Amino acid sequence: MSVLPFFAREYYVEILIIFLINVILVTSYRLIATTGDWTLCHVVLMGAGAYASALMAKHFGWPFWMTMPLAGAAAGLVGLGIVYPLLRTVGFGFFIASLAIGEFIRLVWIKFHTPFGGPRGMINIPYLGELGPIDFYEAIPYYFMTLMITSGCVFIMYRIDRSRIGNTFKVIYEDDILAESIGIRVGRYRSFAFVLGSFFAGIAGALLAHRLSAIDPHQFGLDEMVYLLVWVVVGGTATFAGPVIGVAVMTFLFEWTRPLLAWRPLFFGAILIGFLIFLPGGLESLIPKFTFWNKKQKTT
Amino acid sequence: MELTTFVQTIANSVVAGSIYATVAVGLALAFGVMQMANHAHGEFFMLGAYVVYVFYALGGMPFPLAVLAAIPTIAIIGLLTERLIFRPTRGNVLAGFMATAGLTWVLQTAAGRIWGLAFMKMIPTPYMGAANIAGAQIGWQRVLIIPAACILLGLLWFFLHRVRWGKALRACAQDPEAAALQGISINKMTALAMGIAGAYAGVAGALLAPIHAVTPYMGRDLLITAFIVVIVGGMSSIEGAVLAAFLLGFIHTFVTTIFDATSAVMVGVAFMAIILIVKPTGLMGRVKA
Repeated sequence: MSVLPFFAREYYVEILIIFLINVILVTSYRLIATTGDWTLCHVVLMGAGAYASALMAKHFGWPFWMTMPLAGAAAGLVGLGIVYPLLRTVGFGFFIASLAIGEFIRLVWIKFHTPFGGPRGMINIPYLGELGPIDFYEAIPYYFMTLMITSGCVFIMYRIDRSRIGNTFKVIYEDDILAESIGIRVGRYRSFAFVLGSFFAGIAGALLAHRLSAIDPHQFGLDEMVYLLVWVVVGGTATFAGPVIGVAVMTFLFEWTRPLLAWRPLFFGAILIGFLIFLPGGLESLIPKFTFWNKKQKTT
Repeated sequence: MELTTFVQTIANSVVAGSIYATVAVGLALAFGVMQMANHAHGEFFMLGAYVVYVFYALGGMPFPLAVLAAIPTIAIIGLLTERLIFRPTRGNVLAGFMATAGLTWVLQTAAGRIWGLAFMKMIPTPYMGAANIAGAQIGWQRVLIIPAACILLGLLWFFLHRVRWGKALRACAQDPEAAALQGISINKMTALAMGIAGAYAGVAGALLAPIHAVTPYMGRDLLITAFIVVIVGGMSSIEGAVLAAFLLGFIHTFVTTIFDATSAVMVGVAFMAIILIVKPTGLMGRVKA
């Protein structure tokens, strides 16, 4: 990953930047999903981070190293605000209620022209400035900064996933009544996972806003959310690497099908249906099969 | 608000409620039987409108016949969805829901490719003129929706409570295992539920086609409304869905008239959030959403 950008055209470097941002997005999505709560407002929470960081950079002129964590905190706060009604639901109800509440947040951006800019969104979000001899307006320096931030976020989420807290999340998914009976406060852990996931989604949003320099509510709509679901479903959620595999494969397919732009939703819809029916575990579920196959070959 | 505007808004609310109810009963019915959560329900509605476009606006068939043609067409699509998507993913609500989200894209893209994306289709209004109630003008095309919805909902009630297959459907919704022990085929019941769901969504789209912008994406806004209706009504409760549909019809129409359409959707979602906090089972549901 660290030498790749020097051999690629600038367009592909831009795609790699978006890819790294999407890695944060899917990894944080999996963090919430390990408790069994699949949401449909994760992209909207990324948007909350993007809007927060754009507002801070435009109106207060704060530098990126300040707006990025604050954007994460803002998205986390939004998550904390909406998790209260959501906790009243489980499973499918959670899924649908999060869709409706996410739509509510998106409509707030569309409705209020000040400060969110209405349906056209916000433009002229400041690019990152220079740091000594490095100009972050250029794609390659921005790529390396994103790579560092993504690695940091993914590392933190990996540690959480492996920690006692991460195990508690999985226990809640396995059996929430049993978890409650041994003294785990299920509601508190579910909301903690949700807020934590929102925080990282907000950081992804800040990275996106400062790269694209323009954001609008349509970027965070239901279609984008279904793309996120495609990544997660294609990769699988049982292992930490699953969603990352999914986003890598689908980003490649997404670019590869660029000539067939008009047919793309049909193609991706078919992939989503096919994976859910024929390979519900995602691509990650194939890995043990291959290792098993290899071992078998060695023994014979 | 003046009296004329008030009467007009009331009438529009009832029309909107009728449409929401016709669309949402199918969603609630399919969810009640083996938890089939259909994300493509809005696209069934959209295809119903396109059936009217093809048969009535292009083919020159009489309007009532075109509406009737939408019933079997979309019912078949519902049956196919059940057979190809819901049956393989049975037992996993989210998988079925996400797979039908994929189906949404497939149907939207297909409709856009076949009939074109550009602007709305021109469908001439079959019934001109307007009813005059207390000075308010309500087009016949809108008035027509109210008795149509009443007949459709009445038929569904009759089917579910008086007909053998309808009773079997309710038994299956109550307890699939016990129903299977009585010799009711679960597969037939899920197919039946999806067929009815498709037919009702299709006929709602067909009725609305002359007074609504017919585009491949017309089902999208309705879907969120329909799901809010179903959650507020209590997930699998059909009576709850009808009640919630009319409540939401009034909320949406009044807020749209006084403020604007964006606020109307926001108030609708806020209403749902309040219901979830106060009564997580929905208005008439027994199970938690």
